[in-house]
Amino acid sequence: MNNLISKAKELLEGKAVHVVIGYEAGPTGVARPAFITDPSGADMLIYDDRCVQNLAVYLTKPEVKSLGRMAIVANLPVMRSIMMLISEQQLFAESIVVLGISDKGDLLDIADIQVMQAYIEKSDLSNPARDREPLTALNKLSPGERFSYWQKELSRCIKCYACRQACPMCYCTRCTVEVNQPQWIPVQSNTLGNMEWHILRAMHLAGRCISCGECGRSCPVGIPCHLLTMHLVDQVHDYFNIYAGTSDKMSSVLSTFEPNDKESFII
Amino acid sequence: MSDFEPKVVAFVCNWCTYAGADLTGTSRIKYASNVKIIRFPCTGRIDFMLLLKAFANGADGIIVSGCHPNDCHYTSGNFHAKRRWIVFKELMDFMGIDMNRITFSWVSAAEGARWAEVVNTTVARIRELGPYVSYKEMVNRPVEEEVRNE
Amino acid sequence: MEATRKLIRRQSLEKLYNALSETRKIYAPVMAEDKQITYCYNPSFAEVTFDHIRSTMSPKNVLFPKVENLFYYTNEKTESVISVLDLNKIPEVVLWGAHPCDAAAIDVLRSIFCWEIKDEFFAKRLEKLVVIGLSCHQSDEYCFCTSTGLAPDSKNGSDILLSRLQGGDYQAEILTEKGQSIVDSLPDLFEPVTGEQVVITEVKQKFDHRKVTEKLATSFEHPFWVSNSLRCIGCGACAYLCPTCACFDIQDETAGRKGRRYRSWDSCGFGLFTLHTSGHNPRSVQSQRWRQRIMHKFSYMPERNESLGCVGCGRCSSGCPVDMNIAEQLAALQNI
Repeated sequence: MNNLISKAKELLEGKAVHVVIGYEAGPTGVARPAFITDPSGADMLIYDDRCVQNLAVYLTKPEVKSLGRMAIVANLPVMRSIMMLISEQQLFAESIVVLGISDKGDLLDIADIQVMQAYIEKSDLSNPARDREPLTALNKLSPGERFSYWQKELSRCIKCYACRQACPMCYCTRCTVEVNQPQWIPVQSNTLGNMEWHILRAMHLAGRCISCGECGRSCPVGIPCHLLTMHLVDQVHDYFNIYAGTSDKMSSVLSTFEPNDKESFII
Repeated sequence: MSDFEPKVVAFVCNWCTYAGADLTGTSRIKYASNVKIIRFPCTGRIDFMLLLKAFANGADGIIVSGCHPNDCHYTSGNFHAKRRWIVFKELMDFMGIDMNRITFSWVSAAEGARWAEVVNTTVARIRELGPYVSYKEMVNRPVEEEVRNE
Repeated sequence: MEATRKLIRRQSLEKLYNALSETRKIYAPVMAEDKQITYCYNPSFAEVTFDHIRSTMSPKNVLFPKVENLFYYTNEKTESVISVLDLNKIPEVVLWGAHPCDAAAIDVLRSIFCWEIKDEFFAKRLEKLVVIGLSCHQSDEYCFCTSTGLAPDSKNGSDILLSRLQGGDYQAEILTEKGQSIVDSLPDLFEPVTGEQVVITEVKQKFDHRKVTEKLATSFEHPFWVSNSLRCIGCGACAYLCPTCACFDIQDETAGRKGRRYRSWDSCGFGLFTLHTSGHNPRSVQSQRWRQRIMHKFSYMPERNESLGCVGCGRCSSGCPVDMNIAEQLAALQNI
């Protein structure tokens, strides 16, 4: 913690960066994103189990970018998000300083992208344990039972798009749902439309999701929509041996192919 | 339900399967008339959302068909499609959408008889499965929690 | 109408509920498996909860549904034939167990929907609505009704306000003609009050809304809008959970020749909310949208509708993924 604060102070005082994106504690005890622009403000930075928001979502926001050069407190999901953003040309590696945090909460020395890549590559990139359990449980059900489950859950979706907004990989300034020629997804909330929305979202994140779980956590009505994207994390890994966010030169899973991609259902 | 006639929508590529279906016709091979064929330049163009829209609009079954790997008129469109279908199928399975109702196939322009076979097998299978009631029910279900004034 | 107070025993409450459900739909809060509180239509009395602090979604759905059909149309050869809905088919509904904040929100919504031009859909639903309010015997750190001029036992918006008594029965305050007509139809269920005390929680005041309104009048260009809104991710959660937010989108959905026009909830926090067809967006940056939200609720509405646009229910803050705690921000604002 102290290392993080002093590093943040150092970066701000030396004007290496103009803003440090990290976490602070709010008055209700909840940790929330913080944007430190003054060295004295760095004392507010915290890092503990409460710090779950994926801060990489701010790296593509013009409001934050306009503050100047950014440093970002980055645990593994955030590091992988940064890697994805760089590989998708949404971020220049030189434009940010990564304040890497290990899974034990210690400040890492991430000098550049190669160091970050090395750290990511030796980490466990599969879905977090707490999400593997509900995934396994769902996969044990029959298809009919799964259909009922998702119908029940998705009928509650209010189309607030918190899932989309919380995801660092959903950075399109004009989302496909906000286009009305054609209107793929109805604007209103109804069970069918909600299913279509979540299917579309999961497909657009296939090969890009880094399993931070923010989509499900941010849902105001508690739909576990992160299970959809995380299921595809497993599938993309099983079929194509790829985990997202492992290299700044990754190509997009769904816009590339291997001639020998294996399948067993095409007759 | 002996009088249930499945509605099957076929998304096919112009250069192989569509031409193959043409050949089926010119060869006077009879096959089930339940299928409505939609022509695409390439299977790579087929958006997965279209399949969902087909179910939402009353289809009981779907066929998606194109050129064999390495034979794509646009070189690699069908490889992209294959990868997309692998991921899409897994997602659909996970959400409990009945993947027995979708047939994916490679049918070339020379395979007129084979196209008939693909269609006939699919239609027979859908006839067994019955109408896709659970999906249709979703379409018609009133909006949750809305006190209907109609 | 002068309010009267009656005693209603726990068993009589069940009889009241069941009697009302014979002729009306009841929209009441239940606890779901995952411990969330949701309003739903016609649960059994046993399922209804009296112990909730706040439901996840506000009950505004009963007056301002998240989707509402406006009319249907058929496109004939040369014209569109509109088929108008018969609003008289809207059934009688009882909103059961609405806390004073949610009941007061009805008045706020009415000040918007029945302002200069009356929204027929809203007005008809309001006409057919009876509100059985439930005052609060518990609260949490997100509640701030006392900062918006309300209280855990406010009477605004309720036709009958129930308050828990120490022994477990309820006091029923009959506040309106609608409430009185229910009592008149079931007089045996309502007994004279005893001296028993009501149990009302305490909600500490966090800010003075009058000071906030005053400060906001001269704070349009203040830099705190930017610093306070940096973490906002622009989702619609706060607006959709809010019992007083009333923005909506209108869409047409056509299939072949037939279609319908509907309205559905919208949020001023969305990036494209104010996007013009020309491509210009007067609120293109999140700080402008955040400012709009606060100004609308705490400055423009009190100025023009004479109604504060917030009832302090706390849903926006408890539901926000990044803790944009409105009470915290306004408490700081009133002191700048």
